[in-house]
Amino acid sequence: MSSFENGWALTLIVFLPIAGAAVVLAVPKAREEAQKWTALLFAGVSFVLSVIVAMQFDYGDAAATQFGTRSDLTWIGAINSNYTIGIDGISLPLLVLSGFMTVLAIIYSWNHWPEPHNPKIFSALILVLATGMNGTFVALDLILFFVFFEVVLLPMYFMIGIWGDRNKIKVPVLGIETEMRLYASIKFFLFTLFGSAFMLLGFLTLYFQSGLETFNIGELAAGGLAEDALGNLAVWVFAALFLGFAVKVPMFPLHTWLPDAHTAAPTVGSVLLAAILLKLGTYAFIRIAIPILPEQAQDWAPVIGILAVIGIIYASFACLAQTDMKRLIAFSSVGHMGFVMLGISTLTDIGINAAIIGMVAHGVITGLLFFVAGSMSHRYHTRDMGRLGGNQKLMPIMGGILGFTAMASLGLPGLAGFWGEFLALLAAFNPLAGLSTTLFRTLMVLGAIGTVLTAGYMLWMLQKVNFGEPSDEWADHDLHDVDKYELAAWVPLVVATLAIGIFPRIIFGATTDAVTAMVQTVFGG
Amino acid sequence: MSSLLAFAAPLILATAEEEAGHAVVHYGDGGILAQWAWLIPVVPMVAAFAIVFFGKKSPLKGWGMAWGSMAFVAVYGVALFISNMIEGINYQGAVSIGDIGTDASGNTLGLEWGWMVDGLSIMMYTVVGVVGVLVFTYAKGYMEGDIRYTWFFASFALFGGGMLVLVSAPNLIQLIVGWELVGVSSYLLIGHYWEEHENTSAGIKAFLTNKVADVGLFIGAIIISLSVGSFRFTDIMEVVASGDTHSTLARFSFWAGVAIFIGAMGKSAQFPLHVWLPDAMAGPTPVSALMHAATMVTAGVYLVARMFPFYNTPGFADDVRWIIIIVGTLTLFLTGLIALVADDIKKVLAYSTLSQLGYMMVAMGAGAYTAGLFHLFTHAFFKSLLFLGAGSVIHAVHSNNMSDMGGLRKYMPQTYKTFMIGSLALAGIFPLAGFWSKDEILASVGFAGSNYTTAQGGAALGNFVLVVAIAGAFITAFYMTRAVSLTFFGEYKGHGHPHESPKIMTYPLIALAGFSVVVGFINIPGVTSFFTDGVAARFFAPGDHHATGLNYGLAVAGTLAAVGGIVIGYFLWFADKETQQERDKFRIPVLYPLLEHKYYIDDFYMDGIVRPLRGPVARAVDWFNGHVIDLVVNGTGVLATKVAKAVYWFDQKGVDGAINTSAAAASGAGGVLRLLQTGRVQQYVFLIVAGTVVLVAGFIIF
Amino acid sequence: MIVNQFLLLGAALFSIGVYGVLSRRNAVLVLLSVELMLAAVNINMVAFDRLNQDVLAGGQVFALFIIAVAAAEVGIGLAIVLLIFRNRRSANVDELDLMKL
Repeated sequence: MSSFENGWALTLIVFLPIAGAAVVLAVPKAREEAQKWTALLFAGVSFVLSVIVAMQFDYGDAAATQFGTRSDLTWIGAINSNYTIGIDGISLPLLVLSGFMTVLAIIYSWNHWPEPHNPKIFSALILVLATGMNGTFVALDLILFFVFFEVVLLPMYFMIGIWGDRNKIKVPVLGIETEMRLYASIKFFLFTLFGSAFMLLGFLTLYFQSGLETFNIGELAAGGLAEDALGNLAVWVFAALFLGFAVKVPMFPLHTWLPDAHTAAPTVGSVLLAAILLKLGTYAFIRIAIPILPEQAQDWAPVIGILAVIGIIYASFACLAQTDMKRLIAFSSVGHMGFVMLGISTLTDIGINAAIIGMVAHGVITGLLFFVAGSMSHRYHTRDMGRLGGNQKLMPIMGGILGFTAMASLGLPGLAGFWGEFLALLAAFNPLAGLSTTLFRTLMVLGAIGTVLTAGYMLWMLQKVNFGEPSDEWADHDLHDVDKYELAAWVPLVVATLAIGIFPRIIFGATTDAVTAMVQTVFGG
Repeated sequence: MSSLLAFAAPLILATAEEEAGHAVVHYGDGGILAQWAWLIPVVPMVAAFAIVFFGKKSPLKGWGMAWGSMAFVAVYGVALFISNMIEGINYQGAVSIGDIGTDASGNTLGLEWGWMVDGLSIMMYTVVGVVGVLVFTYAKGYMEGDIRYTWFFASFALFGGGMLVLVSAPNLIQLIVGWELVGVSSYLLIGHYWEEHENTSAGIKAFLTNKVADVGLFIGAIIISLSVGSFRFTDIMEVVASGDTHSTLARFSFWAGVAIFIGAMGKSAQFPLHVWLPDAMAGPTPVSALMHAATMVTAGVYLVARMFPFYNTPGFADDVRWIIIIVGTLTLFLTGLIALVADDIKKVLAYSTLSQLGYMMVAMGAGAYTAGLFHLFTHAFFKSLLFLGAGSVIHAVHSNNMSDMGGLRKYMPQTYKTFMIGSLALAGIFPLAGFWSKDEILASVGFAGSNYTTAQGGAALGNFVLVVAIAGAFITAFYMTRAVSLTFFGEYKGHGHPHESPKIMTYPLIALAGFSVVVGFINIPGVTSFFTDGVAARFFAPGDHHATGLNYGLAVAGTLAAVGGIVIGYFLWFADKETQQERDKFRIPVLYPLLEHKYYIDDFYMDGIVRPLRGPVARAVDWFNGHVIDLVVNGTGVLATKVAKAVYWFDQKGVDGAINTSAAAASGAGGVLRLLQTGRVQQYVFLIVAGTVVLVAGFIIF
Repeated sequence: MIVNQFLLLGAALFSIGVYGVLSRRNAVLVLLSVELMLAAVNINMVAFDRLNQDVLAGGQVFALFIIAVAAAEVGIGLAIVLLIFRNRRSANVDELDLMKL
């Protein structure tokens, strides 16, 4: 596979979608079929390439960067920023997941165009989003990473802002009445940009103050050089990075953009937002913050752990109070990402491993939940759980899939969600030497209690939505069950949930060695 | 077949291991029978999925696949059971499903699916398989015409698979997986008639109560596996067997033991986490028979049995045992009392199940491993018999309430006879199965009771437990007499004309009745020891305190208590012609309201915990989210707008002002100066000359 | 050598020229007065040249340059005055204030 060398495979995976976006834009507006097929083709080829990469990947050497650029291709010479890309066992599952979700999003969109329609622009936005997401997972240069990290903002902003929920809401505090989509999109954009500003500040400080004058992640991490060079400043650099990443995750108390964005976003937007965009933040912790600034990570780990567990409990309670189905799922994301962050905060290989499988599982499961919730609100024209009910009777297959996914989401063992939750708790029992075991064990117990609350809101949601007799309101509605495009998009997710649950080696086979090697290098075993 | 073998071969990591230090029984690896035992959990699982996808189109609407899978398990289980009696089997196999990293001491922690074939799991395979296949047979008749017939058998097969995953687990992770699968299928089946809000609520209650207990199981499993560096039971028991009281496991053992036991309390519905089981009776009766009587609820007992050496070895979790004993005792006594006032026949049986589970736990806590498991074994048969009998009655009269029954012995002779056998077995009447197992518990508790160490609560606790256990035997007989008399004697008070159930329902009753008579004989103290030897066939020595001879004193005491219960029950209800008044007769001023409200425990959970959390607390958090955190977020927005306005004002008035002012000044100055420019050359020249003169004059003067 | 008498003559001529420039309204007379001022300068140039005994006789050379330039200047000046007179029927300096516009 000589053509795969020197970063070509990854480059194609990253840039094919955006090329596809250009092609889609060139297709005349009236020819919608052609637009859809073009979008599917480019996303599909990108995904297939990522699968081929996954198959060619040398799992025996998962800790090493593979498929990378052979020599540094200078990108912005003046600041020594290079086009450095590559993957290892940590980023590989996420890269494949990203391609997978993009393809499913396009398939689902086939006959689910949110108002104001316009498939051309919408699919172009999905493709641009895909480039940003794929790029973030392969970038090994901080500036490159930053650019990809920010690229995703724009398409998502437009998706929410244009195709979002048009219901009027009264914004608390501001006291103004506005359309949901407008408020949510601006909040999403500004919130994330706020974090990114600090993140960029952190990157620049790493570049200048460390004296290394490089943005290469590997070089900055090697031997803790940057950390030593920064001295006392390092704690603040970590804080800046933390702020940038934590907004994206999102961690309590920086999470409030998420429920609004998810509620307002069109279905595909919610799916990609939950499945991939949230992972950018957690991935950045593992890829950038911890290897480059390990000692500061240790200083901050208790804070991260505490915030993560607050997030778990807090989100569960917030879920219990929701009446809007999508908003409930959105809050549940905050809780699930809390488990991921709890895993990361232990700074052990088990914890980080748990975080990665938790990320993948959350992507698959919550992605599916948003798909189903989106399809349901499309049919019922409401997301108010008080009005739904008896869905199992009205739409048996849809109800079955919703039930299955809710079970997966509450962490049922044997399905994908379990491993991330359980192993994060497992890791919290014995965090990295030097961290307070008392604190982390308390967090473990609280996190475990969080699983009860998670089960509670999921089951009550099912009870309200799926069970009971359907209200008369829906008697004369034409509620058709799952259509073929929905099935085509959802069945792969159901299969993936089962497969990861039954055979987690699919993920661990790639991640374990990489994570163990990273933790040993960074924290000296 | 051989190609399949070749496929499976490289996946098998662990084959038969050498038995560790138990000299009584000879162990074999079970040969091909054990190597292929992974089929036991897999077949019902596959059947469950097959029914979901193809059940509606298959000729028997899915029942065939479910029944076939359980029949397979039954046959396989019995084959293993017999094989195990001849030569103890000790085998475990495993398939790695991924390593997750290293623990603090550098051990690689790996996840595995595996299957354990030893005395304990074989006993459970047999129970699940045999009782399961009978219940599935019965269910075909009972569920005939149900709106979700196929779905019922899919969930039921899923339960079978989950239970067998649990039972076959050679490591804690798989045990948890099976544990929760059982929980979820229980949730599905309790809420089978999900049109009714109550049924789904009962399902949620069961799931959540178990989930609360699972917090304990999770934490216990985490502590133990990280202390040992492995999830496998064999590795854990190796540390226990080493007796190293300075090991990490020993240091954490009290908390780990408590946590694991909390998990067991949930599934086995021990006081005060018992509340879900009576509500679980909302499910169809076959479900109650198989899951909520015979198998699923014994999972907690099974777990404690699996971890038995850990609880029984000094220096490890043996200081948890007094907690187990007290919890078990409270359960057996308090829940038995509630059975006295229940009107729903299934609830009577449910409370009775709770009470019997209490017995099993007491036995486990007292160190009577064999006695506890033996009671689990016999109880599975006669309790499922009773439930199926109750189902048969409910099927006939279309009501769960005993106040709608009465006099059914004339209409339903088969059901009546088998129900009587089950009741007598439960009451512990010689020579039925219940007599032998209950006697063994009494004997073991009595034996152990006077030898209780301080860690176990001392001799006083032991004697107290013995007294309560005998009193429990009395109560058991008492409420069963009540149930039998209200159901089968007196006058029929319901509607319509009840009739005997079809053969497909009565034959399983007869088969179970047969088992209820004979299964006790496999473990008559001092005579037969098939059961003792069988379940002792394990990887490690259980260190069991079981009685090797019949303790005549306790046997007589237990039987007397039971007979006393029946006699008093007879005078209260049997002989009573006007059974409608039974409540009034029985009403005890203090106790009755307490029992009727189930000690107010459910009310406390609902009003004290669940409602506040779902209501005010959740709303407060949501409010906090919208009004406090978003206050900062939106406040920043407001502030930014305000600042922006100020900046704009400054820009318009300040910066622009300065620029315009200077422009105006320049233009004003120009207006003044232009007056000088007349265009008259002579005036200019005059000015030049005058200026020159002034300058010159200036030079001269200064 | 004494140059005072020449300087006094020059000063008198220059003052007459200045007076003429400032007081005369007719452009021709103004030009004549300018010639007077130039002549006064020439007298001074020649006088100082003699006083300083300049080897190169720079003062006399300058005087000759000034006479030549003045001739050209008067030529152009009279041509302009003539054009103005043709256009405006007047050679009155006071009326020539178009420069201020």
